[in-house]
Amino acid sequence: MTEALEILFTASFWVAAIRIASPLIFATMGELICERAGVLNLGIEGIMTVGAFAGWFTVYSGGDLWTGVLIAALAGAAFGFLHATLTVPLGLSQHVVGIGITLLATSLTYFTYRLALPEVTSPPKIEPFATLPIPGLARIPIIGEALFSQTPLTYLAFVSVVLVAWVLYKTPLGLAIRAAGENPSAVEAQGISVTAIRMGAVMAGSALMAVGGAFLTMSAFNSFFFNMINGRGWICIALVVFGSWRPGKALIGAILFAAFDAYQVRLQQLSGGVVPYQVFLMLPYILSILALVLVARRATYPKALMIPYQKGER
Amino acid sequence: MSPKASTEVETVLRLTDITKRFGPLTANDAISFELARGEVIALLGENGAGKTTLMNILFGHYVADEGTVEAFGELLPPGDPRAALDARIGMVHQHFTLADNMTVEENITLGTQGLFSPKLDHTARKRIVDLSTNFGLSVNPRATVASLSVGERQRVEILKALYRDARILILDEPTAVLTPAEADALFRTLKLLVQNGLSIIFISHKLHEVMAVSDRVLVLRAGRLSGERKTAETNRQELAALMVGQEIAPPQVAPPRPGAPLLVFDKVSTARRGTGAFLDRVSLTLTGGEITGLAGVSGNGQAALAAVMSGVEAPSGGTISVGGQTVSDWSPRTALASGIARIPEDRHAVGSIGDMSVTENVIGERYRSERFSKRGLLDWKAARDFAEQLIHDYDVKCPSPDARIRLLSGGNMQKLILGRALDPDPIVILANQPTRGLDVGAVSYVHNRLLAARDRGAAILLISEDLEEILALSDRILVISKGKLSTPSSRGERSVRELGELMAGHAEAASHAA
Repeated sequence: MTEALEILFTASFWVAAIRIASPLIFATMGELICERAGVLNLGIEGIMTVGAFAGWFTVYSGGDLWTGVLIAALAGAAFGFLHATLTVPLGLSQHVVGIGITLLATSLTYFTYRLALPEVTSPPKIEPFATLPIPGLARIPIIGEALFSQTPLTYLAFVSVVLVAWVLYKTPLGLAIRAAGENPSAVEAQGISVTAIRMGAVMAGSALMAVGGAFLTMSAFNSFFFNMINGRGWICIALVVFGSWRPGKALIGAILFAAFDAYQVRLQQLSGGVVPYQVFLMLPYILSILALVLVARRATYPKALMIPYQKGER
Repeated sequence: MSPKASTEVETVLRLTDITKRFGPLTANDAISFELARGEVIALLGENGAGKTTLMNILFGHYVADEGTVEAFGELLPPGDPRAALDARIGMVHQHFTLADNMTVEENITLGTQGLFSPKLDHTARKRIVDLSTNFGLSVNPRATVASLSVGERQRVEILKALYRDARILILDEPTAVLTPAEADALFRTLKLLVQNGLSIIFISHKLHEVMAVSDRVLVLRAGRLSGERKTAETNRQELAALMVGQEIAPPQVAPPRPGAPLLVFDKVSTARRGTGAFLDRVSLTLTGGEITGLAGVSGNGQAALAAVMSGVEAPSGGTISVGGQTVSDWSPRTALASGIARIPEDRHAVGSIGDMSVTENVIGERYRSERFSKRGLLDWKAARDFAEQLIHDYDVKCPSPDARIRLLSGGNMQKLILGRALDPDPIVILANQPTRGLDVGAVSYVHNRLLAARDRGAAILLISEDLEEILALSDRILVISKGKLSTPSSRGERSVRELGELMAGHAEAASHAA
């Protein structure tokens, strides 16, 4: 039993937790921006798939890593544009459109992958982002290694949290985004276009989701394969609720979930096959549901979430 | 033309031939008027006369089909709230446009800076505080809007306009949500604003307010400008006639012909819940052919009494009998089945389902009856016929029985609810604030219908916070205070002052009067 606890005090466990958290952080911030503006983006799972492929394929075709990240973000924004066009000016059901975007984006990605690489049997690898220890800080035991001995994309994930929080709470744009998700007529009455704010938010959010997907191929697995997003997008939707639509709390949620995930892998190794491994796979999800029940019951939704806004409608 | 200093009246706003149609309905028909600097215009009209539509065109929420708006000599591009704001027009909407999750300061500064400026303007708070002290609009800039009272929210709306240096302020039914004291404070603020050179358009259907605040009155009726008067040269009667199109006669009350007791509460109590008032062994007898008025300050147990009477809440003690029969399993269904009709206090939240059609709403209480269902299936033809009958009999203005009920104006919605309640010839009627928020014409309509039901022999309980209404209609008056009822008094027996004392909870006044 002590071995199970000792895991929590190893640097490798925390390094893994932060690495697993990174794509979740990007995508959660992306979803959070969309929802704060009043749009539920269920296209997240598909948009992450697009990002994972676009980033990886750019590098595979000879582009450099940062170009890959940029292309992934642009591809995400393009699908965000499609989602926003359907849900914002046309006011279609955000559930239906979101699931449609996920199905379309996922299938289109696999199709493109097959077209581009018809012959391959095992997924080709790329040279991923290398670990970039921050001098000095990386030497702090456990915490330093966990936080400051990661790849540049992980650092970027943390920067994105600060950036999203700063925009939302410290800038005029953030006021407009938050108001658009709460009471769009307040935005309209102050002379700002609700449509522009919501579309912009969905596109920016989708770009972040795609970078989250790209993290998987460019900073974790080094190649693209089918089903690689594996429900991470849906987890991010729960993380936004867990975080009560606040970036800082959502970050904590992402790290917590990733820690559960890293922990269950190590527990599997300890158990030596006595307990079926599926039980361990379930663990992070069960713990997440429990955490959600405890934390999110008091959560206050953005009031206009999922309600299309039509100018001049009574 | 550039506005130059002269002794002539400076026109700040000019509307020319504004016409707006919604499908077959013409909401505004060739309306023109001008507003001068420092002037207060009242836009008077019944619900649905087109006042709000006109202001929404002016502010750019709607695009007019015809006509132009000029502010300070410049033509306003249609359908652009930004242009109206830039022309220094501010609008306080009837339904506030505030984001509840943000602070007062954030709501006020929203949209006043370039969207992409890197930080918020930190001089804003001082300006807001200055404006609120100068104009008597006290509110804490750091408070979250969700925590504010309705009156405070309205002050935030006015501050929003002032923060943008509005020179023209439009207020849409500003007093509908205010207590009398808050309304007086608002009128003082408006006076200060006018002294500072602002021009104000004040939308209302309340005649006494219009007489109190305006310099000039424009009356709208059915989308047309039906009259224009200087406030000093007119009176309430003339304005009411212009607004409704005919003289409004006070209700004719025939002498009552009391019948049998139809609803008897014997020592009914309700459970104590939170801080709300509850009923404490209330005994009450409603007699056929009489209107019993229940006066009282809001929050003294009226809601609990109405909830019990409509079957929504079962009493925790005591007995209820309807038409001489004691009812044991008290529920909304047994209340309806025993012949009690309900006109609920809040027609939007309780009385109707906004997104369902007129037809669906009017059969809402009776869809199980044989009239509207056959072998477990709804008879839509019968339902629709019933809706059409009510629309005709109760003079409801609505596009079709299939229209969603929330699209109806308050008065028309209330007429439908009245029709739904009165059509089955109920023996007992609960009329809870039946005329709240209605215009003069609709109020008189509701009163006459209730009187007709009384003359037919129904027992009516009228709950109202409007003492004038209680005095005009009631054959007997009861006062509720802290969940207890006073002894009844017949018409004219107690003076307004005595009733007021009972309402304030002075029980000794009851023994004097009794």
